[in-house]
Amino acid sequence: MAYSDKVVDHYNNPRNVGSFTKDTPGVGTGLVGAPECGDVMKLQIRVNLETGVIEDAKFKTFGCGSAIASSSLATEWLKGKTIDEAAKIKNTDIVNELKLPPVKIHCSVLAEDAIKAALADYKDKQASVTTGAASK
Amino acid sequence: MGLKFPIFMDAQSTTPSDPRVVEAMLPYFTEKFGHPASRNHPFGWEAEGAVDAARAKLAALIGARDPKELVFTSGGTEAINLALKGVAEMYREKGTHIVSTVIEQRASLDSFKRLERQGVSVTYVPVQPDGLVDVEEIRKAITDKTILISVMFANNEIGTIQDIPAIGRLAKEKGIIFHTDATQAVGKIPVDVEAMGIDLLSCTAHLMYGPKGVGALYVRRKGPRVRIAPMIDGGGHERGMRSGTLPVPLIVGFGRAAEIAKAEMAAEGERLGKLRDRLQDMILSSVEEAFLNGRPDRRLPHNLNISFAYVEGESVLMGLNKETALSSGSACTSSTLEPSYVIAALGASAELAHSSIRFSLHRFTTAEEVEYVGQRTIEVIKRLREMSPLYELAKEGVDLKTIKWKAE
Repeated sequence: MAYSDKVVDHYNNPRNVGSFTKDTPGVGTGLVGAPECGDVMKLQIRVNLETGVIEDAKFKTFGCGSAIASSSLATEWLKGKTIDEAAKIKNTDIVNELKLPPVKIHCSVLAEDAIKAALADYKDKQASVTTGAASK
Repeated sequence: MGLKFPIFMDAQSTTPSDPRVVEAMLPYFTEKFGHPASRNHPFGWEAEGAVDAARAKLAALIGARDPKELVFTSGGTEAINLALKGVAEMYREKGTHIVSTVIEQRASLDSFKRLERQGVSVTYVPVQPDGLVDVEEIRKAITDKTILISVMFANNEIGTIQDIPAIGRLAKEKGIIFHTDATQAVGKIPVDVEAMGIDLLSCTAHLMYGPKGVGALYVRRKGPRVRIAPMIDGGGHERGMRSGTLPVPLIVGFGRAAEIAKAEMAAEGERLGKLRDRLQDMILSSVEEAFLNGRPDRRLPHNLNISFAYVEGESVLMGLNKETALSSGSACTSSTLEPSYVIAALGASAELAHSSIRFSLHRFTTAEEVEYVGQRTIEVIKRLREMSPLYELAKEGVDLKTIKWKAE
């Protein structure tokens, strides 16, 4: 199976590989997939608490080249978006951008799941910070 | 001598034809083009003579008493289909049970699936963690309905060589026909159908430096005389077991490949074994949590199969595939999207089944190539681990089994 140029580029030069400390304020972490399925993605966002804009994003992925490329692309797209804008990223956008073949669509689905999980984690953390502050 | 790219280290998928093989074949495309079944003119006699000579060379390689015991087919897959389905049909009155193993190649497993739909039952004996079948497990699986034992000689992924003589003795003791899929073994390691008690043996030319498109099934004629129902009807060629005009150039090439293999096998096996050991030592000494698959001391000399924890197989191949051709048990490299059933059968975690890489060396592999591929593999694994969330968690001391994974 030949890979698209964009998949190869993301695989060879992955954007934003790395990790944020999970408990840093404004950081949301998503960990999706399962080792026995051959794909695990960890995707993190760091949100500016005042503006609600995602200032930085990082990922680490265990998976095939298309999974690595999907998560790398996702971090690129997340930067500069607001939380609400980020929630609108669809797996089909990733499929189109990376020209993923049908057998690799699950990689894009997993990347969308990772984005959603990171956003949900961020929102949960914000909610608990707010309620924590209110109860004091 | 400089390296030539891409480097081919996937020789258990296929091998290049030896130039000596091609040279032997060439005249049979043009001036010596006769049909070996043409009995009444020199063109036919010449072709028949060439086929007979090739048959004798192949018989000598596998220790067959009589070259007539070899039936040429289109390849290993057809030989296996013919053996399994041919026996099941011919001996249906006698019994409808077959004993085999969980690590057979797809040609066997898919033939069994079809036979199962037709009322044959198949027992798949498991393998031990080292890839070896316990012969006692085969004994236990035998019933009074068993007509065939079919066990591969050497595995295509992990190279494990089964105890074929012991299985041959068991089959003889029980009066059951014994087939072995020897596609990975013939021409690489000593195979002797007489000494090993083999009744049916499948092999193929393209895995032993011969051409693609030709294989053979050995069918024992004496002690016992094995009979198989043909799958292809036609002119009654190959003693009625496989009709169809014989591909004379391919058969001549197969014969030449067998002749070369017989002469050079010992030295070649030793050379490749040393190169393989070098590659193995290089990788295992510099990559932690890399696991050798298959029993080390019962392995094809040109095979090396390693699972690398925390990285996925296809991503490893992708890091190397511009310069090196390898193969992986990763689901993403297979058309079924399932990880290697062979590695999984060893009892390895599914994660490690996704992470296996097969290196298979061949006649033209050089020491420089081994050094290069070893170094590049180590680099790629290190880079991918830096990118792996599983590696990061493991480094933090998290037991990956304790995590509740949110799979799709």
